[in-house]
Amino acid sequence: MTETQGKSIIRVEDVTVAYGDFVVMRDINFEVEVGEIFVILGGSGCGKSTLLKSMIGLNAPTKGRVLIDGKDIVTAEGKDELAILRKIGVMYQQGALFGSMNLLENICLPLEEFTDLPRSARETIARTKLKVVNLDGAEYKMPSELSGGMRKRAAIARAMALDPKILFLDEPSAGLDPITSSQLDELILKLSRTLRMTFVVVTHELPSIFKIADRVIMLDKRVKTIVATGRPSDLRDRSDNPWVRQFFNREAEAVAESRQT
Amino acid sequence: MVTTGIGAGLEYESREGGVLRLIIRGTLDAERVGSLWTQIVDKVVRSRPPRVEVDACHMDGCDGVGIALLQELKARQEDARHEFRIDGLRSELAELIALFEIGPAARTERRSPAAVRFFETVGGSGIGFLRDLRAQISFAGETAAKLSSVLIHPGQVRWGDTVLIAEKAGADGVGITALLGFLIGLILAFQSAIAMAMFSAQIYTADLVVIATVRELGPLITCFVLASRSGSAFAAELGTMKVNEEIDALKTMGIDPVRFLVLPRMIAAVFVVPLLTMFNNLLALVGCFVVMLTIGFSPVIVIDRLYQAADLVDLFGGLAKTLVFGGLIAGIGCLRGLQAGTGASAVGDAATKAVVSGIVAIVVVDGVFAVVYYFLGI
Repeated sequence: MTETQGKSIIRVEDVTVAYGDFVVMRDINFEVEVGEIFVILGGSGCGKSTLLKSMIGLNAPTKGRVLIDGKDIVTAEGKDELAILRKIGVMYQQGALFGSMNLLENICLPLEEFTDLPRSARETIARTKLKVVNLDGAEYKMPSELSGGMRKRAAIARAMALDPKILFLDEPSAGLDPITSSQLDELILKLSRTLRMTFVVVTHELPSIFKIADRVIMLDKRVKTIVATGRPSDLRDRSDNPWVRQFFNREAEAVAESRQT
Repeated sequence: MVTTGIGAGLEYESREGGVLRLIIRGTLDAERVGSLWTQIVDKVVRSRPPRVEVDACHMDGCDGVGIALLQELKARQEDARHEFRIDGLRSELAELIALFEIGPAARTERRSPAAVRFFETVGGSGIGFLRDLRAQISFAGETAAKLSSVLIHPGQVRWGDTVLIAEKAGADGVGITALLGFLIGLILAFQSAIAMAMFSAQIYTADLVVIATVRELGPLITCFVLASRSGSAFAAELGTMKVNEEIDALKTMGIDPVRFLVLPRMIAAVFVVPLLTMFNNLLALVGCFVVMLTIGFSPVIVIDRLYQAADLVDLFGGLAKTLVFGGLIAGIGCLRGLQAGTGASAVGDAATKAVVSGIVAIVVVDGVFAVVYYFLGI
């Protein structure tokens, strides 16, 4: 488990997200501590990715606010917004690498835009990031030449380009084989341990959750809010919500009727 | 031994035996290292010390840029077969730096010499051209075979889709085709009238515009518009389907993509181009008519000249070409879409190639038609 310092770096306060009259989630409240691996969990369509998009400022909540290191990412503009964005890195579900650039160029791009470092420095930094994700030697490969797992690791390397304090990962294990998925989990643990980075991970892969998560919140699309918060093993064994236990134990229909208790 | 300050708490000492000792105090981060990077690396490269020692006893921490600087210095020394050492590094920082360690082999792109790369590029382009030609011939053959099979079994074509595509490519394009026809007729007549006036032959402006439009400009301009509007649309549509693996899905369902996607587009294009060309021709004559009236000819005389200038052979000779042009535009558009690669730029590339190849093909085939018509006396 990661060493936490008890200081919150992300605070989500009373967040409600709605599209017109359709409410995706309501009254979401939680805090993420420095150095923590925090997992947002829930069934398909419960709004995990929507919540993540609200946390990174892509999707303004209808109500409430999201504070990153004490600053509201939703209302921040100009330099303030840029300062907040420098603190976060995001790995999107499909990697979102720029197809017309090789891996080195993909990672150098944020360095080129936001620093005055000379080219050789940018390239060395990019190589060190690729080394961390075990992609050294693939600097000049194009994203289309990579497998799904490599693409996700490269996306993590790019997200780390500017040494962010927080990494947001959207479904890092989706579509990967168990070995690659496990390697990715190891990478997250390694980065968390050595760099003291904070991770917010959206996933519903149980093995991955048990391996990496310090704390999880669980969303339920029927009640459209958080139904459980805590360590994954505690929720599996001791949650008073039967649906939560059902989810963690991968049971099909046993307690579906009483899930809102 | 001389200690020299570099700035921002960084110092170096030149020691006996050519040893360069870099002393770091505080945090080695982007803020401190950023502006000094070139200076520090240049110092190591220029002085070529047999050993670089980094004194990290007073180093509190480092970020990605600081780590990269240490890795850069280490790699430079290793490349020169010289020593590199970090002294007094705290264990957690040592673990961090080891995590980001880059090997010397990975640091430089292994590139061929410029002359070799030139021949590789030329050879690659040549082979690419031949492969593309082969793909086009093969696609033309496949499409022709399937089109002839459709003549025997018309039910194989999705006629509903064909009508919708014809509407998009044809009816929706009438406005722009007619506008261009009118403007070209107007401009051509106006420019010709000025030249004809020198020979007192302004009345023959009508003849010039009619012949030029009906035989050449009408079909060409209409087909250029079709290539820009519909050829690119076909390529983008099929390219997106390719990127989304929809083409693969069709194949695995046993549905032939050429029959399902290409034939409706080709039939629709071949059907609508002559109609669009007639709109274009008609509006070009109206443009000419307007100019002739403004320079003082009576409507009866102008209409008479327009009527006598060309015959049905000229008109249908022009329209016959458009059937071939329409097939070429749709076929090339679909082929480029089916050839699309992966990634965001693939669809854009396919659409660009469709328009460029379509226009080049139209002009080349038009030249062939000109020669054939000459020998046929048309």
